[in-house]
Amino acid sequence: MVNPQMVMYEEEFNQIQNVVDRLVKDANAKVVFIVDKNGQLIAASGDVDNLDTTSLASLTAGNIAATGGMAKLLKENEFATQFHEGEKANIHIQLVGNRVILVVIFDSKSSLGLVRLRVRRASEELNNIFEALLKKVADPGADSPFAEITDEDIDNLFND
Amino acid sequence: MSFINYMAREINCKIVYYGPGLCGKTTNLQYIYERTNPDAKGKMISLATETDRTLFFDFLPLALGEIRGFKTRFHLYTVPGQVFYDASRKLILKGVDGVVFVADSQIDRMEANEESVENLKTNLEEQGYKLEKIPYVIQYNKRDLPEVATVEELREKLNPMNVPDFEGVARTGVGVFDTLKAVAKLVLTELRKGGP
Ligand SMILES: Nc1nc2c(ncn2[C@@H]2O[C@H](COP(=O)(O)OP(=O)(O)O)[C@@H](O)[C@H]2O)c(=O)[nH]1
Ligand SMILES: [Mg+2]
Repeated sequence: MVNPQMVMYEEEFNQIQNVVDRLVKDANAKVVFIVDKNGQLIAASGDVDNLDTTSLASLTAGNIAATGGMAKLLKENEFATQFHEGEKANIHIQLVGNRVILVVIFDSKSSLGLVRLRVRRASEELNNIFEALLKKVADPGADSPFAEITDEDIDNLFND
Repeated sequence: MSFINYMAREINCKIVYYGPGLCGKTTNLQYIYERTNPDAKGKMISLATETDRTLFFDFLPLALGEIRGFKTRFHLYTVPGQVFYDASRKLILKGVDGVVFVADSQIDRMEANEESVENLKTNLEEQGYKLEKIPYVIQYNKRDLPEVATVEELREKLNPMNVPDFEGVARTGVGVFDTLKAVAKLVLTELRKGGP
């Protein structure tokens, strides 16, 4: 396998979901979500129903990748935090453990100071969870549900 | 890097459309977008210049259906083709699971095609991937135009590894889904080989 896979299990997912749920409340945020560096949405919380989280996830990852590229040119390690201020909505983006991206969207009901403070704590928790997750994934005992798929399974996907 | 989510029971894979400027990468995604049921696709995002040239990437999320109870989701990306956007191309290749090379069949674009394949190899290698090792298919696009190279010539120059290849007219959709299916199939086959 060329690529190590990113895997999410129920146990860790619930832990992560708890952290984002709490962060929405503690930071008075509208929406909180977590994306991996390739743009795939891992968890979301808050007022997400009217939000295109898939698109946001991809653009967030693109944004982090682009600033990461800028950092490299400046011989910086990484710009771990970004903040975009809008008229109504603000967006705070935090790289966690150089692996996943924590995004907080908030309005005037909150403040940058509060968001920063709460994000710091959430980041530490998330970092621990993802570290544990990675160890689990590296364990060859974990079976892939795809080890057994047949050509037929794959062909069936395209039969409509 | 595919992402298997046991909680949501879904698998996410990233496919990148690569190729020289104006070969038809964005057109491929637009056609797929137009022809896919609304419930199977997300919004298509194009980060383009005012003249519609891809600036950073196009993005199209697609849901193909279920395998063994897992939803399969494919995230399609295109890269900007112009030579000077190399930094952006590298970023988009990060974590790629499969590559579609879209070649421009026009005779006077042959050199641009060859340069772009070389560039693909270099950029993959920089990240520790080898083109020979990843799911890879080729589309010879713009077959409708008059001054095009023969498929044999294109094959000889661009497909020494003999990967699956297709003739295409992306503007009208010829070959577009065949190409997508072929790469998706290779990506899923790759998943079978390697567990996490
Ligand atoms: N004749 C013809 N034109 C095409 C075809 N595919 C794309 N084009 C045109 O080529 C131009 C560049 O296409 P685009 O998808 O933006 O190229 P990209 O730079 O690879 O994203 C556009 O004007 C398209 O309409 C094709 O199969 N035949
Ligand atoms: Mg384009």
